[in-house]
Amino acid sequence: MKTRAHAEALSHAPPPSLAREGSRVVLRGDWCLFALRPRLLILRAQLRLQTQHLTEWDLSAVTRIDAFGALLLLRCWGKTEPASVIMSDIQRAAFDRIRNAAHQSLPHTPIDWLSPVRVVGEWVLGAASHLYDFTTMLGLVVLEVLRLVIEPRNIPFKEFSAALYKTGLRAMPISALVGFLIGVVLSYLSALQLRNFGAEALIINILGIGIIRELGPVLVSILVAGRSGSAITAQLGVMRVTEEIDALSAMGVSRHQRLVWPKVLALACAMPLLVAWTSLAALAGGMVCAQLLLDIEWAYFFSVLPNVVPIENLYIGLAKGAVFGTAIALIACHFGLRVKPNTESLSANTTASVVTAITSVILLDALFAMLTRGIGVPLR
Amino acid sequence: MSEREGHSPVIRMRGIQTRYGPHWVHQDLDLDVYRGDLLALVGGSGAGKTTLLRQMIDLQRPDAGSIELFGEPLQAGPRAERFARRRRAGVLFQQGALFSAFTVYDNIAFPLRECGGLHEDEILAMVMSRLELVQLKPQHAMLMPAQLSGGMIKRVALARALALEPELLLLDEPTAGLDPERSARFVELIRSLHEGLGLTVVFVTHDLDTLSALANRVAVLAEHRILATGSLEEVHAVDHPFINNFFRYRSAVGERDETEEAGS
Ligand SMILES: Nc1ncnc2c1ncn2[C@@H]1O[C@H](COP(=O)(O)OP(=O)(O)OP(=O)(O)O)[C@@H](O)[C@H]1O
Ligand SMILES: [Mg+2]
Repeated sequence: MKTRAHAEALSHAPPPSLAREGSRVVLRGDWCLFALRPRLLILRAQLRLQTQHLTEWDLSAVTRIDAFGALLLLRCWGKTEPASVIMSDIQRAAFDRIRNAAHQSLPHTPIDWLSPVRVVGEWVLGAASHLYDFTTMLGLVVLEVLRLVIEPRNIPFKEFSAALYKTGLRAMPISALVGFLIGVVLSYLSALQLRNFGAEALIINILGIGIIRELGPVLVSILVAGRSGSAITAQLGVMRVTEEIDALSAMGVSRHQRLVWPKVLALACAMPLLVAWTSLAALAGGMVCAQLLLDIEWAYFFSVLPNVVPIENLYIGLAKGAVFGTAIALIACHFGLRVKPNTESLSANTTASVVTAITSVILLDALFAMLTRGIGVPLR
Repeated sequence: MSEREGHSPVIRMRGIQTRYGPHWVHQDLDLDVYRGDLLALVGGSGAGKTTLLRQMIDLQRPDAGSIELFGEPLQAGPRAERFARRRRAGVLFQQGALFSAFTVYDNIAFPLRECGGLHEDEILAMVMSRLELVQLKPQHAMLMPAQLSGGMIKRVALARALALEPELLLLDEPTAGLDPERSARFVELIRSLHEGLGLTVVFVTHDLDTLSALANRVAVLAEHRILATGSLEEVHAVDHPFINNFFRYRSAVGERDETEEAGS
């Protein structure tokens, strides 16, 4: 076949070269990007030497030339092409492919003196739009709850149960492990100190109140924000990128009802349970360590615990769990729905989601501490 | 065919077996693509054409069989060599696969920048000329992929595949989503590149107009293997239910034109 032989010949061409023969410049070989690339520096230098308005350029020995080869020559020639160029029609086609664009140069972007002002302005507007979007979403979720109360048929049980399984059940092993280890460490450090004062029995108070009221909820929240918060944001974000959210809307399904609501409810339900579970694991860790270091029997530990830790602490811990869970889910959904359809925005929003969720949890925790400062702390 | 003896195929696939779970896609599939071929790969939807294209550039490994690209096994040589071999091919993905975080300009400039050694001015000229080739306006250069229409995505992806004017082009449904005039221009463009640079092109298409205007060789993928290869006429002459069906519609269009002409 003719085309094959032709193509075969083209692919075994000698490398590109340029030579001056009298008043003519003769080009030879393969002037394609991949062949030009290794000798680009030399060829550029040679081309620069040839600009003294030579009258004749001979391309007849060039086996093939692509747009980049043509571009090199066009840029060497400048706006006025030499009077006589010997080339075939096929080669001319390569020049035609690039000629219009050959002499464009990058637009000069003037320095923007106002950019610091603009950065501040954009930051403020960005913060305002976050607030606006978050409030809107919150309102829509509340409306959705009311709508579901009126029409319980529409409650997305499947999504809820899937979310409960993913955010709750699947988080149990890791939160138990982390809780147990933290309990051990906490108990070990406290035991060393308490032994110096002969106040070994106080370890039960310290572990009980510290873990049930404070450490359990915060620890689980940070774990869940990293685990489920990022997952929710990424999931909603990808659905946004792939237009799945639009497909849902097109089918007349509310995204707040089907996507946001089940996740918020699932986390609000799963978190108190996870808090209880993790606190239990942490107490177990503390108990094991206390028995080893301070000879406090497990049975004694258990019998004293209800006496020194008022039950309100458990309620506060569980309530914190529910509130933190709701906050994490809302924040994750908020950032997920804000993802723009590109990967950069997806990663930025996922990061922002986790960071904001953890920060908010700590802030909420401080708020809780202030509001409940008189409750459940035995003052003697 | 005897004239093939002297030529080394650009792509050589032997005994390709692919399956997803229990579901076979390719069974004992052989395919050769020679230099200068404008090979149309046709087959029913879900026949495994995209999978085959992906295997040619090692995006996916078959369960069995050997693949050679530019005369060397795909897996041969050190990492740098394998990557260099891949860089000699331009690929247009069925869904475009543009980098969503980059503008149109940066998408097309990406392979040029990867190539190294080019000045920013030259990259600009190359990108602008690619945009012109696929009939996009300069002001489209600063749009993000999410702001493009479906056909524009195809054209930008094509511009990116053509950025280096590579010697091997793999195009997955290049004209799907283009209007008839743009499809015709696309055919013209590929033809002129083919003539000037001796390109080898493998393209998947369901569009019989593009097929007959562009292909100098057709490979039919059905029943998990390449049923027939050859010129359009040779393939057309093969008597097989799938081939008969596939080309029936083409003849139908031709006949209708004729009858209309006769009627008027
Ligand atoms: N990642 C995957 N996992 C499982 N099955 C797959 C995967 N990718 C493709 N398939 C299956 O392999 C078969 C071939 O897919 P392929 O995308 O190659 O088809 P195609 O010939 O390109 O079809 P079309 O013309 O519709 O694009 C299909 O049946 C598809 O379901
Ligand atoms: Mg496909």
